[in-house]
Amino acid sequence: MSSPILKLVAQRVALGILLLLAVSVLIFAGTQILPGDVAQAILGQSATPESLANLREQLGLNQPAYLRYFHWLGGVLTGDLGTAMSSGQDIATSIKGRLWNTLFLAFWAAIVAVPLAIILGLIAVRYRNGWVDKLISGLALASTSFPEFFIGYVLVYFFAVKWQIFPGISTVYDGMPFGERMQAIALPAAALTLVVLAHMMRMTRAAILNVMQSAYVETAELKGLSAFNVIRKHAFPNAIAPIINVVMLNLAYLIVGVVVVEVIFVYPGMGQYLVDHVTKRDVPVVQAVGLIFAAVYISLNIIADIAAIVANPRLRHPK
Amino acid sequence: MADTKAKSGLLLDIRNLRIEATVFPPGEPPKNIVLVHDVSLTLEKGKVLGLIGESGAGKSTIGLSSMGYGRGGVRITGGEVILNGRDILKGGKDGFRKLRGREVCYVAQSAAAAFNPAHRLMDQVVEATLLHGTATRAEAEKRAVALFKKLSLPNPETIGERFPHQVSGGQLQRVMTAMALCSEPDLIVFDEPTTALDVTTQIDVLAAIKDAIRDTHVAALYITHDLAVVAQVSDEIMVLRHGRLVEWGGTRQIIKEPRQEYTNALVSVHEIEHQEQKPGTTPFLSVKNVTAAYGRSDIKVLKNVSVDIYPGQTLAVVGESGSGKSTLARAITGLLPPEAGTVTFDGRPLANRLADRPKEDLRQLQMIYQMADVAMNPRQTVATIIGRPLEFYFGMRGRERDRRVTELLDKIEMGKGFSDRYPAELSGGQKQRVCIARSLAAKPKLIICDEVTSALDPLVAHGILELLLELQKEENVAYLFITHDLATVKSIADSIAVMYRGEVVRYGPKSKVLSPPFDAYTDLLLSSVPEMEIGWLEKAIKGRRMASAGN
Repeated sequence: MSSPILKLVAQRVALGILLLLAVSVLIFAGTQILPGDVAQAILGQSATPESLANLREQLGLNQPAYLRYFHWLGGVLTGDLGTAMSSGQDIATSIKGRLWNTLFLAFWAAIVAVPLAIILGLIAVRYRNGWVDKLISGLALASTSFPEFFIGYVLVYFFAVKWQIFPGISTVYDGMPFGERMQAIALPAAALTLVVLAHMMRMTRAAILNVMQSAYVETAELKGLSAFNVIRKHAFPNAIAPIINVVMLNLAYLIVGVVVVEVIFVYPGMGQYLVDHVTKRDVPVVQAVGLIFAAVYISLNIIADIAAIVANPRLRHPK
Repeated sequence: MADTKAKSGLLLDIRNLRIEATVFPPGEPPKNIVLVHDVSLTLEKGKVLGLIGESGAGKSTIGLSSMGYGRGGVRITGGEVILNGRDILKGGKDGFRKLRGREVCYVAQSAAAAFNPAHRLMDQVVEATLLHGTATRAEAEKRAVALFKKLSLPNPETIGERFPHQVSGGQLQRVMTAMALCSEPDLIVFDEPTTALDVTTQIDVLAAIKDAIRDTHVAALYITHDLAVVAQVSDEIMVLRHGRLVEWGGTRQIIKEPRQEYTNALVSVHEIEHQEQKPGTTPFLSVKNVTAAYGRSDIKVLKNVSVDIYPGQTLAVVGESGSGKSTLARAITGLLPPEAGTVTFDGRPLANRLADRPKEDLRQLQMIYQMADVAMNPRQTVATIIGRPLEFYFGMRGRERDRRVTELLDKIEMGKGFSDRYPAELSGGQKQRVCIARSLAAKPKLIICDEVTSALDPLVAHGILELLLELQKEENVAYLFITHDLATVKSIADSIAVMYRGEVVRYGPKSKVLSPPFDAYTDLLLSSVPEMEIGWLEKAIKGRRMASAGN
């Protein structure tokens, strides 16, 4: 790989880090603006002013905000996310297992959803404006239009209650055999797949249709290639950049947007952890989870950017 | 190539071909239009038939019908296309797929667009051969390299490893010809293969195509709007207009003794009598030692350029693509502030940057562009488009403005009825006329015309040039006329600046610039303009003193 690509990639990564820092400031500032503080939350409404002042002193809350920010940031950078107020547990340790659970679910949902969406997109282009195209688009749009909780409950109703194929509650624990774990996440993964499918499929279809107007597609047709090979060999490689973008956007959604689905299936992931602690007004946990979600979102978008750069032959093979 | 050889030497026999398309005019029900009306033609093995006509004549549509292909919903609704003794229209989709890329291959106008940017050239060149299984990969690649050599491409052994963007336009056009020849077809359809190239490159590609046709004994349909080009490669020429046959005959007969009035008009299209005006004493606009570059690049697109423009006269700037012609226009208008040098107007220097120039200076310099249809807002009517400079520069409103718009429409020989039309409802020539009226509305001293006739058919371009000359007489406006077409220069210029790689290599009154002795580049440029003469190509190639840049 040559220097222009390295330079562009380095630029993207540097921008991403800068963006993440900006997000950390926003998250910190956001939690500061909320009425009340940690000390009040811990001691409750019956606290006396003296005990509040004591606790604030103890927690370092009477220091200026920017000092507390740097203290917090320093901790985050060294892997110390702080302690949850509600349980007194170390946040980093409790997040580790849950993050892994969330990634596990997102990974399997993506493994199904991404290839399926792209293949459906290719088929829709091949039979564009015909009934196959309309059927695919219609079903995909319908599945996206229903709210996630609705899809979730429909799946539970049929697969867990009526036919009893999969469990309706996705309990997983450490040391659970792989097969059982897969069975447990089948329904939430299916719900997630249905939610993200249409967006990726429609984008694949649109990006390829855009490329189908090109002169080189006509050249391929005039070589005698079959319609599907024209799409696969000549249109798809040139439509890859916008497709990667939307795929990454949806992968990010699979990780940071699963809150509702995790709650429905009582799946011990990041989303549930976040919801639990928002209700308990556990600010340190909310900050930590928000920062991790932002990091995931930003890095996936950087990967999309870099992939789009690398997919461009003009940048890969300069003159 | 095909096993079913017809008994005679006949390769292609198109009988009463009828091609239709459905159009969807806005606000009206869709309707069928006939693009090709009962055209018949025959082509023998190894012969070249030129199809010629203006845009909309049905040339490409007929050419592609030999592969059973219709662009964008075009349908073949009648007639027979008999190739190698069988009617291909009866073969269905599979039949088309088997003959495309094997019996008939296609060379497109813009090879730069017709190659897939994501794949290496070699993979694309041998693709059809491998698909139809007529050779193994090694054989096909060997054949391709031999063809690259024959088409005199540089580094024939390794050029196939490159991607399309790493090769120049002229070379790509030759690679595309090699791609068509690689599967050893019986017929190649050349669709304006040299139109998008510079004249100096066109001559090389044309010679390469001609040699390749001769040596491989392939038959060809050669589609172009340029009679001088087609006269170099064709055995016979067919003139088409509005999807109907006008005249069909031997090449010599068509160009020397045309029988139809329309053919005659095509043959004699470039002749405009224009008396050269002597330069006056003081130019109103002088460009002095201007140097310019894009961005902070070290590559100077303009190097120390100086030219003068006199009131009511035309300075033509000629050169190949990349020579800096349009950049000169951008420097004069302030769109690209020069790094060094000055532009003086009426004795005072103009601000370098467009943003620093007063409205009055902006009014005095107007521009007309090559692509008239993208230079106009598609959602504005002709009256709004022409009226805009009237409002902006002169503050005209209401009836006064409308009267002036009508006057201007009259000047460009379009009636008042056009004022409520949208650009999409105009023909190419009419759009360019509206752009001319818009620039005239500002009453400028100078109009910069950037390749204004390049996208137009010869007859329409002719009309635009005549209009420009007439307006010059009436309004005493000067033109800076940027073009790569020397025939246009001869018809319109008073003085000429020849540009090559950012420098003015020859500059002076038209009569001087166009008479010998020539410098090497001007000689190349002049000798590369196709003449309507059989055997011109060979003579021109032999007489050249300098090779073209090849872009």
